[in-house]
Formats: sequence, structure tokens, C-alpha cells
Amino acid sequence: MADTVGTEGIKVIKAPRFRQLKKGETRKHIINVLVRNELGVLARIATLIAGKGYNIEGLSVGETHEKGVSRMTIEVIGDDIVIDQVVKQLRKLIDTLKVRDLTDIPHVERELVLVKVHTPTSRARDEILRIVEIFRGKVVDVSQETYTIEITGDEEKINAFVELLKPFGIKELARTGKIAMRREMFIEENVQE
Amino acid sequence: MSRKGADIVIETLKEEGVEVIFGLPGGAIMEVYDALYRDGSILHVLARHEQGAGHMAEGYAKVTGKVGVAMTTSGPGATNIVTPIADAYMDSVPLVVITGQVPTHLIGNDAFQEVDIVGITRPVTKHNFLVRAIEELPLLIREAFYIAGTGRPGPVLVDIPKDITQQLSEVGIPSEDKVKAALPGYKPHVEGNIQQIKKAAKLIMEAKKPVLYVGGGAVNSEAQEELIQLAEMMRIPVTTTTQGKGAFPENHPLALRMLGMHGTYYANMAVYNADLLIAVGARFDDRVTGKIEEFAPDAKIIHIDIDPASISKNITVDVPIVGDVKIVLGKLINELKRKGAKILHPEDRQKWIEQIEKWKKMYPLTYKNSKEVIKPQYVIEQIYEATGGDAIITVGVGQHQMWAAMYYKYSFPRQFLNSGGLGTMGFGLPAAIGAKIGRPDKEVFCIDGDGSFIMTMQEIVTAVQYKIPVKVAIVNNAYLGMVRQWQELFYDSRYSEVDLSLQPDFVKLAESMGAVGFRAEKPKEVREILEEAMKIDDKPVIMDFVVDREENVLPMVPAGKSYREMILEDGKKADAETMYLVG
Ligand SMILES: Cc1ncc(C[n+]2csc(CCOP(=O)(O)OP(=O)(O)O)c2C)c(N)n1
Repeated sequence: MADTVGTEGIKVIKAPRFRQLKKGETRKHIINVLVRNELGVLARIATLIAGKGYNIEGLSVGETHEKGVSRMTIEVIGDDIVIDQVVKQLRKLIDTLKVRDLTDIPHVERELVLVKVHTPTSRARDEILRIVEIFRGKVVDVSQETYTIEITGDEEKINAFVELLKPFGIKELARTGKIAMRREMFIEENVQE
Repeated sequence: MSRKGADIVIETLKEEGVEVIFGLPGGAIMEVYDALYRDGSILHVLARHEQGAGHMAEGYAKVTGKVGVAMTTSGPGATNIVTPIADAYMDSVPLVVITGQVPTHLIGNDAFQEVDIVGITRPVTKHNFLVRAIEELPLLIREAFYIAGTGRPGPVLVDIPKDITQQLSEVGIPSEDKVKAALPGYKPHVEGNIQQIKKAAKLIMEAKKPVLYVGGGAVNSEAQEELIQLAEMMRIPVTTTTQGKGAFPENHPLALRMLGMHGTYYANMAVYNADLLIAVGARFDDRVTGKIEEFAPDAKIIHIDIDPASISKNITVDVPIVGDVKIVLGKLINELKRKGAKILHPEDRQKWIEQIEKWKKMYPLTYKNSKEVIKPQYVIEQIYEATGGDAIITVGVGQHQMWAAMYYKYSFPRQFLNSGGLGTMGFGLPAAIGAKIGRPDKEVFCIDGDGSFIMTMQEIVTAVQYKIPVKVAIVNNAYLGMVRQWQELFYDSRYSEVDLSLQPDFVKLAESMGAVGFRAEKPKEVREILEEAMKIDDKPVIMDFVVDREENVLPMVPAGKSYREMILEDGKKADAETMYLVG
């Protein structure tokens, strides 16, 4: 067939450089979304993320100082490229005012956790209290057999705390989901000569 | 002045300049139909099925560029229109769909004819609303029109509970400024970043083997002039998708026509060998790219699109430009002119154009005609000739859709209406009715498959009622032809559930509905009945073209395969070697 195609004069050279689709890294992203608090806005956002086949790992929502405007913090594990797509599509939603992937920019994050832990012996109670103190937690409820402890912090701190309590037996645990905010940059003052 | 919610709906629609509504009434929307009746100034087209109403609104919107309006009752009325809504979403068609809902106090109670249509359509609308108070009714309707018609267009649904249509209110119709102020999160990006445009201009001047790849975004933004200017000034061949057809005239010497799965050999070869691909209002759909890793493997890519989320979605691009296609192309042309619009490698560009001419001669679109049986491609060619290439064509989905895309040459935007994204069989006839209402000055042909036609054929009655003289040409192979073709090619000809040889007598069917019916069984009859049909201007005509049953649509790039694996007319595979042409 090569002789019927009229390619005289044109050299058949190398095989093509196939277009490579970049594969992103899969990791946890933390996305901040400022939304108008309209009917169904949460469902819209959840539908969009689920539509990409991703599970929402953490979610917190609450009204900001502006009436009718809420801040959502969403944690989702996914491919960097697909998350970039999710962010663009979130921006397209009519009710979103601002969408930002905080994962790679300096930010503050906090989560509040309530843990109900067994206190079988008085030694255990003492030890737990010491841990709570070190982690700047607070015992907010006490019964004969349990402490309920409140602690806030970033993911690392909370995970470490929970690990330390596990040997005593955790009865219940509740997390609020992270809230997060971008850190303000310090702007170095320009000294004019 | 105090008036009912229903009257506010009609008042707001009039404020938006709505001239026609496609719909079908029922319990939850009766107040609005009563207001429509009392007002009497908006044409309402009573479809025979809500799906028909939705596609009619799409057809109207696609030919006029205006927002199409459809209206249904709650429950089944609303679910029946979900398909056209999804269709409009995929193909970026501006639509406002108004649905009745059960009264507010019954919502969530599984009331009679209640469905959560806002929930159901959330993933297939650009936005949707449930109206919760009569005071917000006019604002939400106006927001719906604004959202549907601006930026990347799309469908917006407004669900109105019956009690709100019955309440009285003095609320006024808000101004456009109020509407924009009520949508602080919605600011369609239009201008295009000038630095990116400069980069694009540089690439275009440097390119040796550029190709313009044009999609529906170019049609939506009315960019035909700019496209022709850019292509001619910089000598760039142009390929268009099914949605982009007519944005660049297909009889232009630089036209490569359609690319992708059923694209021309020369369009696919050009894209495969290009060193620069300029995507304009197109979205790198998998039917276009085939195996994405091997799509335009040697090309740098410039992507102009109004939707930031379309960019780098399916493919990574080198120069993304977010903005309205017409505006960005205008700026790009100015930038090129500022630099003297120089082609830096004129000899290579010349060779490139010549190479493409060779490809065009080597494998033009052809088929083997016959004197005995009607070839489907022949029917399309005859329609092209009989209409002087000037008709608006709508199609269903299947082989006939591809033949209509290949063998009719489109020369103006909004001329070819097809369900490109969702691929909805049954789109053709209702879309043709909507199109004829939008463009009564044009001949409108629906080129349909026998399978597709049956899915919405009840709308012939609608066309008869409103004296809408659409011409339906059924390319009748008595098969679900496209599925049969895939079974032949990829499933060893095991024809599973595709035989439609038990079918109505389409001529009698037409007559029973008050339309005119013709049948052609021999090639020489094709032109005769076309001429007869075109004399009729007060009712629809159905032409039953009994065609060669097992004709295939070729060339074809099998799904998910590279352009190198294109199957050509004669059944041969494109020789991979011919694809590695590096100038
Ligand atoms: C609503 C719907 N159902 C099923 C399909 C799958 N499908 C794609 S093409 C096709 C066959 C179409 O047959 P026909 O309309 O007769 O056209 P032909 O291919 O024979 O020209 C089918 C069933 C579809 N696209 N849409």
C-alpha cells in the first residue's frame, strides 16, 4: 500500500513522540470553598466530587462573619490532575464565591475531636490526665468508667493523641472535620532610598 | 399591582423576550397555563411528549442562538424532559425549563406526581432552582435566563410549587443589574489573557504544519468571520467537529471537514501529523481523539475555550486561553497583524498544504453507488443537491447521522443540528420542528434513522397541528444500523437485537397523522420524491428511503484506537507507515 499513497519526496522518519498525559500524584487535598448558603449547595458540591469517583474524607461547613456566606473545608484523596479539575468545576458552580486548594500553600488547619476513653484503674486515670495536659486537651465529662476529652489541633497532633489513648480502650470518638485558612504572608517593607 | 405568581411567570418571560414556549400542561403547572391563555401573546407549541418539547426548545435555541424555553408539569412531566436537559447540558445549548411542582407544604411527602426534579437534574443542568417564595419568583426566572445564555451556555431548570403560582404579590420584575448583583459567584470569563494570546501568535507564525480544530464553541460565539480570516491569513487548514460544522464553510479550499471516529482520512492525517493544533471551542471528546495518548502526537496545542474546566481536562495543552472564542480570535488576529502576519517557514507551509491536497485526492469520501438499490450516501447527496446546500439539517443518532455529516456540505453556522454529546436517538424530528419555528425562512430537513425516528415520531402530529413544513427523510435500513455495524466489525456479525424489519408503513403512518408520505425504493425515485416533497409548504412530509441494509459508515477509527488504525473505504487499514510523515 505504501506505493499507492503518493508520499514521494517525503521521508518516512522516526516513530512519533506520543503525547503523554501527565499522571498526577494521589494524595490528600484540603480544599477551601466559600459558598452562598443557598438551598442544595452542599448536595451540589457533594454530587460533583462523587461524580469524579472520589470520596469526601472530611467536611466542615459553617457560616462566616458575612450573613449567607459559608466556608466549607473539604478533604479528599485524589490524583492531583483530577483534583485540579474538581477545583475548576467547583469554581464553575453558580453558588461558589471562592475555591482554593490549600494543600501546597501555607495554611493553618484545626480540627476538634471528642474522645470517650475507658478509665479502668486510677493509675489509668492519672496517666490519661497527664497525656491530656501535655496535649493541652480538656476533660469535659467524667463518669465512673470513662473520661470524655476535648482536643483541638492539626492532623498530626490529633493522630498522635488518639494513638496514645488507644491502649486504654476508646469507647467513642467524634471529629468535626478540619477547618482551614490560608496563612497571611508577611510583606517585607520596601525601604525606599 | 398585585397579581398571581402564574402571571408573574408570564410577565417575566415576556420581559426576557420569549416568543415561543414548547410544553405540555398538567396539574401542578395549570395556573401558569391559565395565565398564558389569558395573556395570549406568547406562542405555545403543544408537544405530544415532554421529551419532544425539550428537543424542540433545543432546536429553536440552536438555530437562533436565543434561549429556548420548555414547560412541563411535575412528576412524570418533569422526568420526561430529563433527557433533553442532559442533551442540552452536553452540547452547551441555552435552555430554560420551567416545571410545576406540588404545593410547598406537600414537598417531601411523596405527594401525587411529586419528584425531586431539582435533585434529579442537578448533575445535568448548569444550575437549577426550587422557588420557595413568590417574592423571589421573577428574580430566579431572570437569573435562569442570564445563566443559561451567558458564558458556556447550558440548561437551567426552575421548579415552581403550585401554591406559589396561586399566591398574589406586587413584586416587580428586577432589572438586569439586580440579576447580576444577585449572582456574585457567577462571572463568565470572556477577555482572554493577552500574554497567552501573544504566545499563541508566536507559535502560529513558527509552525510548519498547523491545523485548526474547531468545535461548537465557535458556533456559539458567532466566530465564523474571525475563523475564516485567521485560516486564510496564516494558511491553516481547518477541521470541524459535528458541533462545529458550519463555523468554517466546508466547501472552502482549506476545509478538512470532520475529524475523529468518522472523520475524513485527510482530516485525521492532518491532525496526526500536525506540529501545531489550535483547538477553538472544542473539548477533545473521546469520539474525536480516539486513543488519547496518540492524538496529535507531535503537536503543540493551543486551546481557546470559554470554560476553564474544559482546558487540560482530557489532554494537557501548551497554551491555554480562557475566553470567548470570537473575542480571543479577534485579539489573536490583531496580534498577528501587528507582527506582520508572517509565516516563518513558507516553504514548509506550502508543502504541508500540498500534502493535504494529496491526501484529499488519495482518499476522498466515496462509496460505491448502485443502480439497483438506494445507497444511503446517495440519499444525502441528493438532498444536498435538491436543497442547494442551503437547508438546515437535523439528525438522529446512528449511521445516518454520520452520513449526513459526511455527504452534506455545511457552509453556515447553526446549519447542522445533532446530538453530539449525549447521542440521543429521537433528537432529529423535534429539533427540526423547533428549528423551523426559529428559522421559517430556511428549508429544514430531518435526516433520520428508522430506529431514531420511532423514538419521537409522535411529534409529526405537532408539526401538522402548527402547519410546520419540516421534511423528514428516513434512511430506512430496517436495522439499528450503527449497532449492527459494530456487531459486524467487532462481534463477528452476531446481530443481537438490532433487526427492525417489523416496522410501520411510514407512508400510511404519515397519512394517518395528517402529514404527507412518500416512499422510494429505486435510486431514480430519490430525486423525484425530494422534488415533490419540497413543493409542500403547509404540512410535514415523511419520505421513506428504503436503502441498502448493510452499508457501513467508513472511514472509521474504532473506539479507543489510534488514528493509525483507521479502517478505510475498501476495508483496508490505514498503513501505519504513511502516518509518520515528518516534513
Ligand atoms: C436513546 C438511545 N438509545 C440507544 C442508543 C444506542 N444507539 C446508538 S446508534 C443506534 C442505532 C440507531 O438506529 P437508527 O436510528 O435506525 O439509525 P441507523 O444507525 O440505522 O442509521 C443505537 C441503538 C442511543 N444512541 N440513544
